[in-house]
Amino acid sequence: MSFRAASLGFAYGLRDVSFELPERGLIAIAGPNGAGKSTLLGVMAGLRSPYRGSCVYKNVEVSAWKRRDFARRVAFLPQAVKIEFPFTVEEVVMMGRTPYARGWLESSSDHSAVEHALEIADASGFRDRDFRTLSGGERQRVILASALAQEPETLLLDEPTTFLDLKHQLSMYHLLADLAQKLLVVSVTHDLNLALQFSSRILILDQGRLAGEGATAQVLTADCIHQVFGVHAQVHSGPPPFINYEA
Amino acid sequence: MKRSVLLSTLALLVVALGAPLIGSTHISLARALSGVSPDREIFFYARLPRVLLALISGAALSVTGTLFQCMLRDPLAEPYTLGVSSGSSVGAVIAISLGWRLSVLPAILGAAVVLLIVLGMAMEGRRLSSFTLLLTGVTMNSISFAIILFLHSIASFSQSFEISRWLMGQLDAVEYSTLAWMAAPVLVICFLVTLRAPEWNLLAVGEDWATSRGAHASRLTIFGYVAGSILVGLVTALAGPIGFVGLIVPHALRLKLGADHRTLLPCAFLTGAAFLGICDVLSRVAIAPSEIPVGVVTALCGGPFFLWLLRTKRRSLWL
Repeated sequence: MSFRAASLGFAYGLRDVSFELPERGLIAIAGPNGAGKSTLLGVMAGLRSPYRGSCVYKNVEVSAWKRRDFARRVAFLPQAVKIEFPFTVEEVVMMGRTPYARGWLESSSDHSAVEHALEIADASGFRDRDFRTLSGGERQRVILASALAQEPETLLLDEPTTFLDLKHQLSMYHLLADLAQKLLVVSVTHDLNLALQFSSRILILDQGRLAGEGATAQVLTADCIHQVFGVHAQVHSGPPPFINYEA
Repeated sequence: MKRSVLLSTLALLVVALGAPLIGSTHISLARALSGVSPDREIFFYARLPRVLLALISGAALSVTGTLFQCMLRDPLAEPYTLGVSSGSSVGAVIAISLGWRLSVLPAILGAAVVLLIVLGMAMEGRRLSSFTLLLTGVTMNSISFAIILFLHSIASFSQSFEISRWLMGQLDAVEYSTLAWMAAPVLVICFLVTLRAPEWNLLAVGEDWATSRGAHASRLTIFGYVAGSILVGLVTALAGPIGFVGLIVPHALRLKLGADHRTLLPCAFLTGAAFLGICDVLSRVAIAPSEIPVGVVTALCGGPFFLWLLRTKRRSLWL
């Protein structure tokens, strides 16, 4: 078990949420706008505190983890990163090594971790570019590489495909599914079809409360989609499974 | 990285050695060192302390500028953005208005008061977000300037002249003991700030970015604000609010060296010192035997340079 939340709450955005997540696998978090998805992810990443109730990661309360130790296990990808200064791609990815740094200079293991991360995220090709000159898709890959450079056991992603075109959305999810063989990958998403196709489990939030939790195919039913999103839908069990929305 | 630090050190050495020899009166280093009058007095009591003050001030201002720009993630931030120096200006202006001879201590006191007010207002519990810090600092700036304007408006003619001169930023020969009292904390703080360069890199991207990579964003922001404020407070108390150094030196360096603070901060220290040293020489010789206040020189040299930089930067980055 990785995360265990019990009666978790935060400000007005999150109320009485309880769930358990496994050690690995791709988990989707879905729900309408303002349902508390990003807030939940932020609490799990240790970025939103103090929270109510409890949120335990590997048997230690998230708020009690030493930041540095936590950052070696859990990496967080924000929705979008805007950088004001001329950092190169490689520098941005190297920042993921900070939790391992002993002093000022990078070690050879830092360099090999960065190399590996750039490769997995398919970002080696523009390693020397100024981050600000990249396209949305390229940026997302660099941010992912920076998170992977942390060599995490858990990856938390806030809508990683928002600014990506169709092809890059799919390749991002293929990559996440790949990573989920070894890591726990939790991804907030608005795309129920992507969730249905790629995630093994799903958490559905509605107005700050948990509205559904379990194996994705069982939770994402026409009833649930209508109740939570107010949209009529047909769920086809496939394979591959997909959802048809009625306008 | 090593090369840029080396070059900056070289530039600083040249300025440090050359600047005391240049001035409205010609002097010779050999005669000054062997104690011949008046070369000795001019070198050791008129020029050297003033040049040293310029170097230390330039270093402190550009380190603070680099730090504040990174902390606030605002390329237009400068050492004076967060209110502390206008607090010290209020202190100095009050001292001038009351006819006190010494404005250094009141200026330091003014800076300290503003520092405490801003921290008290902007902190929520033990947290400090850069956004609240920015708004609080800018507001304290406005309040301080209002107080200065008021005092200026009721001041006598000669006091008013003195206030204007003070607000332009001016380097004067100071006692060596005063210099030491200022240099020691400046060197220590700049060193401590530079030690944390990897963490400033994280904070320059964002608070959540830094936190999720193991840094304490709030503690860092508080440390950066207090450190920068002490630097600026000291400089302002001794030299007045010298503008532009803290804005353009960091930008010029970023353009050449990139954004890594491990290179940026040491180079900001060295080239900032050299830049203000050169500006001080210009202020002494441009219309000798009269002087241009150094704050005017930095803005007149720095302003056009900065505009040029903005244009070329925009072109190279499609911003």
